[in-house]
Amino acid sequence: MAQVLPAERDLRRVIGDGDTVPDGEVDGLADHDLVELYRGLVLLRTYDERSVVYHRQGRIGTYAIYWNHEAMQAGSVYALSDDDWIFPSYRESAIGLLRGLPASTVLSWWRGHPAGWWNPADYNVASICVPIATHVPHAAGLAWGKRLRGEPTVAIAYFGDGATSEGAFHEGANIAAVVRAPLVLLCNNNQWAISTPLSAQTAAARLSDKAVGYGMPGIRVDGHDVLAVYEAVREGVERARAGEGPTFVEAVTYRSAPHATADDPSLYIDPDRVAAEQERDCVAVYEAYLTRLDLLDDQRAQAVREEALATMREAITAAEEEPPAGPELVFSHAYGDPPPSLERDLEDLRRVHA
Amino acid sequence: MSATAVATRELLLVEAVNDALHVELARDDSVMVMGEDVGRLGGVFRATSGLRDAFGPDRCVDTPLSEAGILGAAVGLCMAGWRPVVEMQYDAFSYPCLDQLINHVGRYRWRTGGAMAFPLVVRMPYGGGVRAPELHDDSPETYYVHTPGVKVAVPSTPADAKGLLAAAIRDPDPVVVLEPKLIYRTARGAVPEGEHVVPLGKAQVTREGTDVSLIAYGAMVPLAERAAAALEGEASCEVLDLRSLKPLDEESLLASVAKTGRAIVVQEAPRVAGFAAEVAAVLAEKAIFDLRGPVLRVTGYDVPYPYWQIEDAYMPSVERVVDAAQRLLAA
Repeated sequence: MAQVLPAERDLRRVIGDGDTVPDGEVDGLADHDLVELYRGLVLLRTYDERSVVYHRQGRIGTYAIYWNHEAMQAGSVYALSDDDWIFPSYRESAIGLLRGLPASTVLSWWRGHPAGWWNPADYNVASICVPIATHVPHAAGLAWGKRLRGEPTVAIAYFGDGATSEGAFHEGANIAAVVRAPLVLLCNNNQWAISTPLSAQTAAARLSDKAVGYGMPGIRVDGHDVLAVYEAVREGVERARAGEGPTFVEAVTYRSAPHATADDPSLYIDPDRVAAEQERDCVAVYEAYLTRLDLLDDQRAQAVREEALATMREAITAAEEEPPAGPELVFSHAYGDPPPSLERDLEDLRRVHA
Repeated sequence: MSATAVATRELLLVEAVNDALHVELARDDSVMVMGEDVGRLGGVFRATSGLRDAFGPDRCVDTPLSEAGILGAAVGLCMAGWRPVVEMQYDAFSYPCLDQLINHVGRYRWRTGGAMAFPLVVRMPYGGGVRAPELHDDSPETYYVHTPGVKVAVPSTPADAKGLLAAAIRDPDPVVVLEPKLIYRTARGAVPEGEHVVPLGKAQVTREGTDVSLIAYGAMVPLAERAAAALEGEASCEVLDLRSLKPLDEESLLASVAKTGRAIVVQEAPRVAGFAAEVAAVLAEKAIFDLRGPVLRVTGYDVPYPYWQIEDAYMPSVERVVDAAQRLLAA
């Protein structure tokens, strides 16, 4: 089996183990913030688990699973203001839910229905980026462009460990640093790019070490610890807002689910390691933390889960009730001022497929 | 001349590009220019000369050497409300930006259901015949034309270089403007002062004729005109300057061929699946009964653009166009 990083001991952490490692706390987070973070975690977890079921039921298409990356996502978004822009990869397809993007819209996206389109400016959430790392320069450009306009907006770009091997990551990170774009580069190092382990991806000892080459700070954090991620990203956001440019945050996680519903990890991954990582469930870890603080009990946790499940039930119904999209949607929206040939093509299609 | 004659200035083609940028940056403060060496130097061909002094380093930005990063950042700048005009320093230097162009520039509006516009411009000097090193000579228009969501314009005169660039900057969609570097400093002509827009999608007959249509764009337009002059007395050639490759002005194309019944398409780019093939296909679909002979192409060849001591053998020449016309007239 391929060699991957051992569980790291030198990562920034806040949450203890309820035993020998004591819990920490994050300045500035009140009890209601801690509960709100939990609601975000559960919403994302529920979206992910239900999506795998919907896929098996044939109700959505191929789906990229993000199980146990919820802490990395919810913790980082909580460090942003609503005016800040999120640039997700497909691994963060549902991150817009934390900004009020309807779950039915994201489900429609995975159903391959145009109801999955949204206006990024409505939520300050860019479209889901399917190619690897090519949205990093977009985030750099948006952040830079907002700063040039005198707006205090920060952008955050999400990408995986494999993305750091792409040219687009390098070019985006470099330009962001040169123009001092207010940007957080959030690398979800889950140590696998489909079947490619981190050791086959890079010879760097740590991905966060790459930051120094761009002239920006690199922070390394336990991506299963929602509070540690929040704190690290907040640091990057504060630097960005103060005009000090971008920060690279490496959130170390582990991909303990298949890459996507079409993937078969038994061909390449050590099942014992996966089982061990599944034990380090970021939602359960945080539930235990909140329980130790008396902010959560089974009943309250159950109520949060029920609320998220209801959201998903309504969302899949809404997505499935979308009327079939007409063929005109093949042609509309590609251009603001379309070439006349498209109008003729649509007429032709309608004549043949009347 | 119309009653309200527009004041003009005699400019070289590259000076007209520069004039367009000065006018458009002054007109709209969301327009910005970015690229390699565009600021302090004013561009390797001086197309962006004076912009940094006039509008500051934030609106005429010297970027790192990073073609994909530049175009990717321009996508984000559009999302922040800017209208970036990106310079690719040379034709072949633009290939790294195809990743962004194909994956995002041409798709992003569609991906948002038309809610978000990406009104960026990519302009670059293109084409051969200038005795330059390798990869400073390519004609990459087909890659751009073939990318959905992206429009393409190619001027051949100073006035069009200004007007098409202004139209591209004002267009709601991404537009690639290919500037014929061969005639950057040899094409000289009257250019309207101040705001001047040549709409995209409108071809222009630059020489009337009745026997053969010579269809060209960019640096091949003056070449076609020289071929037409060489054929005087033998054949009456019409020269059609396409000006926009997408949208293509099919109406003007079909009207010209309806008149002459013969068509020769001239392009510098390699022949296979080049833009001339698209023009030939349109004529086959829509003008077959007007044609009195096959549509011929005079093009570059399917080889890497050659070193400059042998580039004249690659480039379409007046002789090759004349030969094609004579063969067509004899058919």
